[in-house]
Amino acid sequence: MRYTYRLDNLCCASCAANIEIAVNKIDGVESAKVAFMTTRLTLEADESRIDSIEPKISKCIRKIEPHIKMRRA
Amino acid sequence: MFGMNTVIRIIVSGILLAAGMFAGLGQDISMILYLASYIAVGYPVFIDFFRALYNRRPLDENFLMTVASMGAFLIGEYHEGIILLIFFQVGELFEKYAVDRSRRSISSLVDLLPEHVNLVADGEVVVSAPEDIRLDDIIIIRPGERIPLDGIVTDGSSMVDASSITGESVPRRASAGDTVLSGCISTNGVLTVRVTSLYSDSTASRIISMIEDAYEAKSRSENFVTKFARYYTPFVVLSALLLAIIPPLVLGDPFNEWIYRALTFLVISCPCALVISVPLAFFGGIGGASRAGILVKGGNYLEALAGVDTVVFDKTGTLTEGTFDVEKIIPKDIGENELLKFAAYAEFHSNHPIAVSIRKAYGREIDNSAVLSSEEIAGSGIKAIISGREVLIGNESFMAKSGIGFERPDDFGTGVYVGIDGEYKGCLIISDRIRKDSKDAVAMLKHIGINNIAMLTGDIRSVGEHVAESLGIDSVYADLLPADKISIVEKLISEGRSVAFVGDGINDAPSLARSDVGIAMGGMGSDAAVEAADIVIMDDVPSKVPLAIKVAKKTRSIAMENIIFALGVKALFLVLGMFGYISMVEAVFADVGVSVIAILNSIRTLRTKEINLGRSSERQRISAQESSNDPPITLS
Repeated sequence: MRYTYRLDNLCCASCAANIEIAVNKIDGVESAKVAFMTTRLTLEADESRIDSIEPKISKCIRKIEPHIKMRRA
Repeated sequence: MFGMNTVIRIIVSGILLAAGMFAGLGQDISMILYLASYIAVGYPVFIDFFRALYNRRPLDENFLMTVASMGAFLIGEYHEGIILLIFFQVGELFEKYAVDRSRRSISSLVDLLPEHVNLVADGEVVVSAPEDIRLDDIIIIRPGERIPLDGIVTDGSSMVDASSITGESVPRRASAGDTVLSGCISTNGVLTVRVTSLYSDSTASRIISMIEDAYEAKSRSENFVTKFARYYTPFVVLSALLLAIIPPLVLGDPFNEWIYRALTFLVISCPCALVISVPLAFFGGIGGASRAGILVKGGNYLEALAGVDTVVFDKTGTLTEGTFDVEKIIPKDIGENELLKFAAYAEFHSNHPIAVSIRKAYGREIDNSAVLSSEEIAGSGIKAIISGREVLIGNESFMAKSGIGFERPDDFGTGVYVGIDGEYKGCLIISDRIRKDSKDAVAMLKHIGINNIAMLTGDIRSVGEHVAESLGIDSVYADLLPADKISIVEKLISEGRSVAFVGDGINDAPSLARSDVGIAMGGMGSDAAVEAADIVIMDDVPSKVPLAIKVAKKTRSIAMENIIFALGVKALFLVLGMFGYISMVEAVFADVGVSVIAILNSIRTLRTKEINLGRSSERQRISAQESSNDPPITLS
């Protein structure tokens, strides 16, 4: 399944790149992309595990850039 | 707000710095003021630095600024350390502003979906969310409102502005029975519409997700920049380290001087100008194109389009309108109207475009009961019994097979032959109208330096050559089967050409996918063609092809300008810094300045207007008006 999120307050291109790398490493995420310009995070993930993956992603983003808020698009 | 906060910190820091420098206080008190100033301006940078360190990704701009400013403090250059951070953050503010602005202008481009819908439920109008609307629900669209979902008008009439969907600026009237598309604006009347698409399948949603997906397909230049940044910063940091240590050891110079130069190096090593401005250029190019009714599915396609040297057009539905007209009736031993009547009756059950055109030319109601039987023989024609007479209608080979001696007329166009009771009775010449601005499209392509233009068609050679000649296309491939089209595209590619294929039909889909850039006509085009294409022209105007190429070239050259400019300035300052000709403050000024200039340069790509307003605009307007009978666009 494909999921899309908005990353509010995403303010630098390197944060976007770092988040992309980090989210790709999360177990259960098949592929993830962060588009800096549209502030959009798109990921392919297992539908049955998305409920456990989602908090991991938001925790991981908080660790890299605490001021970014993730919400479902 | 982050921005406001930063401004206050910068001002406080500036006052403290000025007090330390000019108030004539003792050295200890000045020192305290400097430290306070330093911390006031720098603490968010330091926090970010430590967090990055903790996450084991320390080589970002916060690292560079922290090390450079602390280094400056340690060698006694307090002012420089503080001013460095002040400039750095002023630059960040500028950057943030520029990025915000371009984000906003992009989101206004894709702001096609209204937030609520006026749903008619049990005779009352209820405001509800577009996501909750089901198929066949009845909704009301008031003047000035955006149409939320695709549907068919059941009542009312209004001028509908489709410019945000197709780029076409002339509104069209929509009244009962017409299809209206989400994203268009109903300007002056109240429309009652029966919904034919769910929110997620509506034209506007599809366009938005196509545009947003486009930003994720990165161009080669963008990938180059990302890769470059990955090696550039570590390289400069290492060089700075060597610069601080080796010359003092070898030459015996004082350490302070070389440490200062190394710190200057660090300041210049930030690749921000490239990392933001190059993707921004493509972002703007895609946005600007979509404003002109050209959907580009990714930065990589825009880049490929800029390098195209050969454009191959499909004929029917692309250069021509794909709607046929009976051009001429050539009867033999029968009245003209009589011949047309038999033809129209025979074609009564057929949905073939040619059949439709014959019935349209006949123009009267067809008495169903007169058509006793009719049999369509694919690729040949139709055999029907009408009022007891056997009518054969079809192409040359069908006549020959049925043993009817026909005469081939001299006219251009597709001949449809009619035989009644075994005897040849005449021929209808059907032709396809050439689109109004096809000729301009070809001329404009030649004007921008694309001289290899070819046309492919499944039609017979004489028709193909006639169309190509009237458009100014030199190379024609006629009598093609669908599979032949792709082999021609492949042949051109194998000759080393960079090929854009423009088409609309299902049979064009393989060629669209195989070519370097596939361009589909979104209005006439089949779903398969729109899906397979890299670029979609929403209003089927052929001159949008040269326009798209111009946008692509402009975008690519802006991206190249930024790469060359940013790298050039940085290289220059690195050399100057190495030999001690510039101060750290000058270095940060250069760095921030380059970023801001590059970003502003990139934003230019958003403005396709000046390209659009060139020679082509007048023609586009004319063709938009004249093609107002076209069927509405559909996106798969």
